[in-house]
Amino acid sequence: MAMKKLINDPSEVVQELVEGFALANERLVRKHPRVNAVIRNDAPVPGKVAVVIGGGAGHEPLFLEYVGPGMADAEAHGQIFAAPSPDVVLAAVKAVSAGKGVMLLYNNYEGDRLNFDMAQDMARDEGIEVVTVLINDELASAPRGEEAQRRGTTADHVVIKIAGAVAETKAPLNEVVRVTRKAVSWARSLGVGLSSCTLPATGMDIFEIADDEMEIGMGLHGEPGVERIKLLTADETVERILPRILEDLPYEDGDEVILVINGYGGSTRMEMFIVNRKLRRMLSEAGIKVHSTEVGEFCTSQEMKGMSITLVKVDDELKRYFDMPCLSPFYVKQ
Amino acid sequence: MQTLSVEYWRRALLDLAQAIEGEKERLCRLDGAIGDGDHGTSMATGFRLVGARLASGDLPDIGAILHATGTTLVSSVGGVTGIVFGSFFIGAAKAAEGKTETGTADLAAMFAAGLEAVQLRGKAKPGDKTMVDALAPAVEALRKADEKGLGVQEALEVAHRAAREGMDRTREMKAKIGRARYQGEKAVGHIDAGAASVVVILTSLAKTAVQSPDGSSA
Repeated sequence: MAMKKLINDPSEVVQELVEGFALANERLVRKHPRVNAVIRNDAPVPGKVAVVIGGGAGHEPLFLEYVGPGMADAEAHGQIFAAPSPDVVLAAVKAVSAGKGVMLLYNNYEGDRLNFDMAQDMARDEGIEVVTVLINDELASAPRGEEAQRRGTTADHVVIKIAGAVAETKAPLNEVVRVTRKAVSWARSLGVGLSSCTLPATGMDIFEIADDEMEIGMGLHGEPGVERIKLLTADETVERILPRILEDLPYEDGDEVILVINGYGGSTRMEMFIVNRKLRRMLSEAGIKVHSTEVGEFCTSQEMKGMSITLVKVDDELKRYFDMPCLSPFYVKQ
Repeated sequence: MQTLSVEYWRRALLDLAQAIEGEKERLCRLDGAIGDGDHGTSMATGFRLVGARLASGDLPDIGAILHATGTTLVSSVGGVTGIVFGSFFIGAAKAAEGKTETGTADLAAMFAAGLEAVQLRGKAKPGDKTMVDALAPAVEALRKADEKGLGVQEALEVAHRAAREGMDRTREMKAKIGRARYQGEKAVGHIDAGAASVVVILTSLAKTAVQSPDGSSA
């Protein structure tokens, strides 16, 4: 399909979106004067570990709308589907570092690792203590036993919320890292793509898929999934996806989870609620209790149709941090 | 022509910036077949800024020119493209530090240092279907050119041919690193866009060495 977007010069898309976002949320965040990084207004917060998130653009609300009290301290915004440069990450780190250490938290993609790692080296050279935690919840991208190879996706919504809450209590860096890693290790996601999306810079579809097809395990940037099949109903789709998620961790009878139903950008809330109905029935049959259900667009892929399902197993500690207040432009908890 | 001057390198990188702009859409199409299709625009964005950086003129030697090229790519592009190609030029710059002319032995050392920096950062090995598959044969060709005592124009010519052959071989490879690896068998039949960019770089450097070896505008 031809690209149809309200933009200006395609090469200015990211700069303009970050400027517009910062203006819309000037009470909470500010844009870094030089680079496309977003910083919470009260940063650096004395005595607090700084959480710096980031990644490619085009997935909004990730990551920039997750900055604020009880969430991340800063965000580094890359180009569309491309990691931010080390320069942007370093600027974000330096803007929020309060001398208590910095945790870099981002999705496990090669481009992100290369750029964040270089920024981490540069920050350490300047005497800033930095630890990296990678998010790798997408189970279609590598088999069990090779979890370290997996990409990160929608678990971000829950993991960033929990990480931000731990840091807000002024817990030390190793404690923030420990809890965040626990949340990551208990998170699994699997999605289904129904249509492609176009890139502003090229105006081209990033992959092709027929009108009557869907792809289970489709990546956020059109990475191939585990199977391409004829379009199923909502209930049939959930029957395909949920068992794969449940068996992967595995999630068992008596477990409690946070459930995320994430739209990729081109699917309706109507569809998400229909999917949720079936998910809740199947989870209930499996004896899995839902602590919180998060329905919406958290991690999008431009105008792609489809959605992803995420489960994060929670214990008392993770529940406590997830339920703490936060005030970010996108997500608020009282 | 036995050596290439500071003026050559400034001219060659400005010419390269134009060459990349001209190849932008082809590089995007190559990337689009097995990736998300932005390699060409990323390279073009980076080299546009490299052009602006070099035009400002305060770079006294070849190492400084290459270092400015690399840091501009790393800081402005993002993604894999910026850091990998930026690391190449930053690596090459170390072998050209303080130099005001470069002979074939220098070219061999610069490209070898560039390759080393790319592999150190990106962890790609030959056969992974990346830019390394075009760059490593070029490094080897330059080493042999130096052994044979070839001049710089001839050396760049053989390096460019070796890179092109390396790029062609990526067509039969499955990707083992980067987003293309998720394509599995589907990546076979497509050449790697990063390898194609290495060929664009060497083609352009060789062309400038013939057309404007002293860096004067043609």
